[in-house]
Amino acid sequence: MNQYLFQLADNAIILGHRLGEWCGHAPEMELDIALTNIALDLTGQARSLYQRVAELEGLGKTEDDYAYLRDAWEFRNSLLVEQPNGDFAHTIVRQFIFDSYNYYLHQALTQSKDEWLAGFAAKSLKEVTYHLRFSAEWVMRLGDGTDTSHAKMVAAIEDLWSFSGELLAPTDSEKSLAAQGIAADLDKIKPQVEAKMAEVLAASNLSAPAGIWMQTGGKQGQHTEHLGFILAEMQFLQRAYPGQEW
Amino acid sequence: MKKEWPLWEVFIRSKSGLSHKHAGSLHAADAEMALENARDLYTRRNEGVSIWVVESKHVTASDPDDSDPLFEPAKDKIYRHPTFYVVPDEVKHM
Repeated sequence: MNQYLFQLADNAIILGHRLGEWCGHAPEMELDIALTNIALDLTGQARSLYQRVAELEGLGKTEDDYAYLRDAWEFRNSLLVEQPNGDFAHTIVRQFIFDSYNYYLHQALTQSKDEWLAGFAAKSLKEVTYHLRFSAEWVMRLGDGTDTSHAKMVAAIEDLWSFSGELLAPTDSEKSLAAQGIAADLDKIKPQVEAKMAEVLAASNLSAPAGIWMQTGGKQGQHTEHLGFILAEMQFLQRAYPGQEW
Repeated sequence: MKKEWPLWEVFIRSKSGLSHKHAGSLHAADAEMALENARDLYTRRNEGVSIWVVESKHVTASDPDDSDPLFEPAKDKIYRHPTFYVVPDEVKHM
């Protein structure tokens, strides 16, 4: 169960961190606030999930211990969220792939037999619904915009699409939790996620590469080189000055 | 050559039943984006339940130089105010 919660929490905190990197650098002021709003939503979700793990483990740890004191191989986020921000097109494609999955995942989790998880999902679903609306609309505007924006979107999809499969590939423990009605059944939501992505891409004059090999490893703690740098930045303060607080 | 996004005026209704108040302005490429930007900029701290956005070019404002002929005459016509009625207790909160 904890590994599953880590999958969800680590996705949220790493993606939130990546979006936070845009603060002050987004192409428009309104986008700066939009991206950091999403980052805050995700970080908030990560907090709830880490707090829940702390509760279940009962070892007296706090959310901060999980966020700032675990090393890369203990993180269970999917590889997609570690990928660099790149240009705005890359950030939006990454966000859109994640939000499509995240939306149907949360929808499914509202039916979880685990009461806490169902409650958490019901609340987060409202945030995630907005995230998907935001990223989908930007995919459409950029894909079906100018020649320049279209070309950048094509490049971004080429770079990131191989990271989209891992989100919907359940680990053995996910399958077992899904069979118990606790975790979301990824096989059930996969067609919904894929349909949504296809719909938006079609409306954006874009297409996704079909039948390509998908990257995996994140859920097993085998990460790309990017996670090391992310954690170095994110965890530096707590590791250099243990116990520091605001 | 960069094409600038137009400016939009944002109005927020803070609670059901009240009127939309002007909250500020923002840039957006179209109406849908303007709504989302307004949601992100002006309702972050639970400021409202409804958003109206209007492109600034559609707002017609009175000219400050016209203030005298437009507004001065109303200042000394107290007979236009409904102040000479005794409001019964039953309709206190009219």
